[in-house]
Amino acid sequence: MSAPLLTVEHLSMRFGGLVAVGDLSFTAPSRAITAVIGPNGAGKTTVFNCLTGFYRPSVGRLTLAHAGQTHFLERMEGFDIARKARVARTFQNIRLFPNMTALENLIVAQHDTLMRASLWSIGGLFGLAGYRQAERQAVDRARHWLDQAELLEFADVEAGALPYGAQRKLEIARALCTQPVLLCLDEPAAGLNPRESADLNRLLLAIRDAEGIGILLIEHDMSVVMGISDHIVVLDYGQKIAEGPPAAIRADASVIRAYLGEPEDSA
Amino acid sequence: MAALVALGLAFPLVGHRLEDSVNGLSLGYRFDWVAIGVAAVFFGRLTIGLLGGVPRIAAFDRLKGLRMDWLGWVLAAIAIALPFLPFADRNLIDKATLVLIYVMLGWGLNVVVGLAGLLDLGYVAFYAVGAYSYALLSLYFDLSFWVCLPLAGLFAAGFGVLLGFPVLRLRGDYLAIVTLGFGEIIRVILLNWQSFTGGPNGITSIARPSFFGLVFSADPPEGRMAFHQALGIDYSSLHRVMFLYFLILALALLTNFVTLRLRRLPIGRAWEALREDEIACRALGINPTTTKLSAFAIGAMFGGFAGSFFATRQGFVSPESFTFIESAIVLAIVVLGGMGSQIGVVVAALLLIGLPEWFRDLQLYRMLVFGLAMVAIMLWRPRGLLSHRDPTILLSEMKR
Repeated sequence: MSAPLLTVEHLSMRFGGLVAVGDLSFTAPSRAITAVIGPNGAGKTTVFNCLTGFYRPSVGRLTLAHAGQTHFLERMEGFDIARKARVARTFQNIRLFPNMTALENLIVAQHDTLMRASLWSIGGLFGLAGYRQAERQAVDRARHWLDQAELLEFADVEAGALPYGAQRKLEIARALCTQPVLLCLDEPAAGLNPRESADLNRLLLAIRDAEGIGILLIEHDMSVVMGISDHIVVLDYGQKIAEGPPAAIRADASVIRAYLGEPEDSA
Repeated sequence: MAALVALGLAFPLVGHRLEDSVNGLSLGYRFDWVAIGVAAVFFGRLTIGLLGGVPRIAAFDRLKGLRMDWLGWVLAAIAIALPFLPFADRNLIDKATLVLIYVMLGWGLNVVVGLAGLLDLGYVAFYAVGAYSYALLSLYFDLSFWVCLPLAGLFAAGFGVLLGFPVLRLRGDYLAIVTLGFGEIIRVILLNWQSFTGGPNGITSIARPSFFGLVFSADPPEGRMAFHQALGIDYSSLHRVMFLYFLILALALLTNFVTLRLRRLPIGRAWEALREDEIACRALGINPTTTKLSAFAIGAMFGGFAGSFFATRQGFVSPESFTFIESAIVLAIVVLGGMGSQIGVVVAALLLIGLPEWFRDLQLYRMLVFGLAMVAIMLWRPRGLLSHRDPTILLSEMKR
C-alpha cells in the first residue's frame, strides 16, 4: 500500500482532568474504509472533532497527505480544514439546513468554488457568464450525488421535511459535494432500518471505489462495520485496544471484553 | 380572568385623567370608561372561549399558498404611478416617501436579520452614520449629494465591519444586547461631540440634492440652472417633493434588486445556511466570520444610503431622529413582514408607518389601533405576514 492519506500520531485530548483520547496513533489510507468503533464514551467523536478542527488537540500530530501536499490539521482553523485540506464530515445528530431545499444544501457545500467563480459576489451581481457556467457545473455535481444517493426526486423539497433515512444520505451527499479527499462519517447508520443500512453500505462502497477517497467511519451497527470496513480501530476509554481487518477484530479477546464485559469466572 | 387583568390595567390608566380647571390641574375620574373596557374584554374573551379558541381566518390561510411574484410588480407599478394619480397631493407623496424610507431600511435590515439570522437591535446606528456623513461632508467639504451618497454607504459599511469584529462570536440574545448598545453609543457620541456634530442642536441647512446639476428652487443661485427653467415649465414646489419621492423609490428598488440578486449568489446562500446551522457551515469550509461581516456591511450600507437620503430630505439632522425606537420599528417591520420576505417588508411598512400617518386625525386612538393590529397579526400570522420562503434554485427549472 502507498503512503497513508491520514496519519494520526500520539493524539491526546484532555478536558480538564478527563482524558477523552489518550496517545492514539493510527493511519487511514485512501481508497479504503477505516472504521473507528468502541463502546459509548470511548472518545470516537472526540477524535473526529479533533480531525475536523472543532477541538484543538492537547497533544499530537494529525497529518493529511495527498497530491504531494501535506497539511497539519491540528494547526488549522475548522473551515480551512474543509476548504484547503479537503476533509469533509457528517454529524452524529444530523446537521442539514432544514429550511433550504436538498439542492440548495448541496450548492452551499460548493461555496468556495462558486465564491471564486462569482469573483466574491461582485461578478455574480452583474451576471457574468463565468459565474453562470460555474453554477451550472455545481448543479450538475449536486445532481450526480443526488442521483447516487437516490434522492433525485427530493431535490426541490426542504431538507427538514425529508424522511430520516433520506436526511442521513443527503448529509453524506452534501459532504461529498465539497470534493473531499477524506470523508469522516459519524454514525451514518444510526436510526436506519436494515434495508436502509444495506443501501448505505452499497453507497459507501460505491464512493470508495469510484472516487478513490478515504472514508473514516464511526459506527455502532456491526452489520455496517463488518460488512464494508477494510480496517478497524477499536477504542475504549480513549485508548486503542485493537486494530486490524474485520475478521481479526471479531476474534480479538480484548474487543469482546470491552463490548461484553469481563466473563464472570475470570473476575 | 382576562377581565380582571383588564380592570387592573385600566383602572389607573383610563380611570384617571388630568383636567384643566380654574385653579391649575386637577384629577378627574372616568370609571364608566373602565367599566366599558372591562366588559368588552370580558365578553370578547367569552366569545373566544365559546368558539373554542381564536378562529382561523381563511383569507390569512390562503395567503400561504399564494405565489407573490405578481404582487411585487403590481406594487412597483403603483409606486411609480403614484405621483401622477389625480388624488396625489403633496401630503400623500410626503407620506409615501416616508414609507419608502422605512421600506428601504427594512430591506437593508432584512439582509442581516432575515437572511443571516443575526438579531441587530442597533440598526439605527447605520442610519445615523449615513445621515451624519452626508450632513458633515456637505458642511465641511461642500460635496454634493451624489458624491456623498456612495461615501455615506461606505462609511456605514465600515461601521458595520467595525461593529461586526468584536460581536460576531456572540449569538442570539447576547448579540442583540451588544448591537443595542452600539446604537446608543453612536447616538450619545453625536449628542456630545458638540464641536463636530453640533450636539443636540444638530446640523441645519443641509444642501438639497440636484437633478443632474439642475436645482429645485424658484430663483436658482448664480450660474446654476433650475429644474423648471430647463424643462420650460412653471415653478412648483411639488417638483422637489416628487423628485425626492422618485429618488427614494429608485434607492429602495436598487436595494431590493441587489438583495434578491445576492440571495441567489453563493454569499446569500451562505448567509441563509449560517442562519440555519453555523457548525455545519464550518464543516463545509465556509468562513463564518467573513460571511457574517459581509452581511453586516451590506445591511449597514443600505442603512447608510437611507440615512443620507433622510438628511437631504429633511435638510436637518439631529440625534433626536436616531433613537432606539427607530431600530425597534424597523425590526418590527422585518419581523411582521415575515423574516426574509421582501414583499412582506413592504406590506408591513405600509401598515406600521402608513396607517398611523394617515390616521393622524384620530390622534388619541391610533396607538391603540396599532397595538390591536400587532396583537391580531401575532395571533393569526405568528411567523409574519408573508412567511413563505422561495427556494433560490430549483432543479426542475434548470435546463440540462
